[in-house]
Amino acid sequence: MTVEAFEVVKPGFFTTIQDLGRRGYKKFGVPISGAMDRRSLRVANILVGNCEGEAGLEITIFGLELRALSDSVIAVTGGDLDAHRNGSKLPLWQPIRVREGDAVSFRNLREGCRAYLAVAGGIDVPPVLGSRSTYVRGGFGGLEGRTLKKGDVLSVKKTESDLLRVLARKMPEELVPRFRSELALRVVMGPQDDRFTERGKETFLSSKYVISTKSDRMGYRLEGPQIEYTEYNIISDAIVRGAIQVPGDGMPIILMSDAGTAGGYAKIATVIGPDVDLLGQAEPGAKVRFESVSVQESHEILRRYEEEIRRIKDILR
Amino acid sequence: MGSRFLLSGDSCLVLEFGDEISPELNQMVRRVSVSLAEAEIQGVTELVPTYRSLYIEYDPLQISIEELKRRLVEIERSLSRIDLPPPRTVEIPTLYGGEQGPDLASVAEYHGISEREVVEIHKSGEYLVYMLGFTPGFAYLGGLSERISTPRLETPRLRVPAGTVAIAGQQTGVYPVESPGGWRLLGRTPIKLFDPHKDPPSTLQPYDHVRFMEIDEEEYEEIRSRVESGDYEIGTGEPREAA
Repeated sequence: MTVEAFEVVKPGFFTTIQDLGRRGYKKFGVPISGAMDRRSLRVANILVGNCEGEAGLEITIFGLELRALSDSVIAVTGGDLDAHRNGSKLPLWQPIRVREGDAVSFRNLREGCRAYLAVAGGIDVPPVLGSRSTYVRGGFGGLEGRTLKKGDVLSVKKTESDLLRVLARKMPEELVPRFRSELALRVVMGPQDDRFTERGKETFLSSKYVISTKSDRMGYRLEGPQIEYTEYNIISDAIVRGAIQVPGDGMPIILMSDAGTAGGYAKIATVIGPDVDLLGQAEPGAKVRFESVSVQESHEILRRYEEEIRRIKDILR
Repeated sequence: MGSRFLLSGDSCLVLEFGDEISPELNQMVRRVSVSLAEAEIQGVTELVPTYRSLYIEYDPLQISIEELKRRLVEIERSLSRIDLPPPRTVEIPTLYGGEQGPDLASVAEYHGISEREVVEIHKSGEYLVYMLGFTPGFAYLGGLSERISTPRLETPRLRVPAGTVAIAGQQTGVYPVESPGGWRLLGRTPIKLFDPHKDPPSTLQPYDHVRFMEIDEEEYEEIRSRVESGDYEIGTGEPREAA
């Protein structure tokens, strides 16, 4: 059973339906897709009483305007895009009651880059290969495989949560992340760090890089000091989210949610999962530097990241 | 020949068997991949085979990297005892030349042979799907005869139609969806190589053997309409003996 929840009045710069992505189809060349900042989508879902992996909206930079077609409970997390409801500021990181006829809009980029809107019940589009995530380049998933457009109607599944209880939820301030325009990204070196000179690795780990305007859901191109390599071509192999490849010009590219599943450039390192979320909130012009951690350290960081999400769940139960 | 472990971030371990493109290495990848899938190890979330390595995605909160490595070493040790199912051979009906294969002439000219000879050489080959990627359903096919091996175009085309059969260097392939591309276009197949609403979504799968079967315009149209109405069965069979 589904309910029509919103009509798109203005689609905004780039708005898509995303969940936590497609699993198990990389071997057929299908990218994982899914939210660029997974933690924010997971928390938005927790706030409205959904499973963490329900589909929500990923709203990029500005301009989305929705009109509510029915009463619902929503939560907006992630970057601060100056969300408003009927002309007054909409509080982020908490459940909000929306009434039929309400206008929800995203006006300006204030912090971060992508906001996530979850609706109690979860956005209902048919899953494609096990996920509701939109893969725009492939033209499938989400709403007809594309970004939202004016006149689209978003339906949600009927929620089974007690909405009055949900509405009483409040996330502790200290668990709300801050998105900065200068990031230290932790990386695990490899898989092809042996294709780079000592000097190249030193440059990579000691320099600041700027995220260029040629950055999107596929990947972030960085500008900064050239990374010296011995050989940048490899026999094509697989790509994971956060992999940093260095083509012939020596400028790193960080591969994100919609990246192709195979590539022929040497990969110097891989950004760890929790930090890819932060990167998903970085806009062109933001500065990044890289910090090498051991794989054991990366697992410890991942453990803390998951513990924190579990804590949020427990607090909000 | 030793294999080695490489790290690909916090949730992926790579088992690399060597650094060359060869059916033998790819066979190793297949063996490990098949036995790893059979072992159903808790915490292993996805396997991505490549030319000469296997990407093993895992949840480090469910299985430690030390434990995963230990299990992989064990599997590698018992590899010789694994019976692999015979590979499938998939037939791709192809209309060569004309509007569908605008580079047939330049390939023939490059090698100083006739267009007919290029077609005969291409369709007599048996190709191996080393891996899929680049775009959904795109198969990296190895085994192209050196007699028609031709470098990429200097300037890639902005649009190559879905179904185009092409070659580049030692490889041949079929564009599953319309995309830009720098390969030399020899012809087109009416069959669909990628459909996200099917599972598996890709007609070709890792380790498949592929043959191109020449068809004429009439057959092309007939197969195309059968593909559209959903009653075209893709030809598969046992691989033919090496000539």
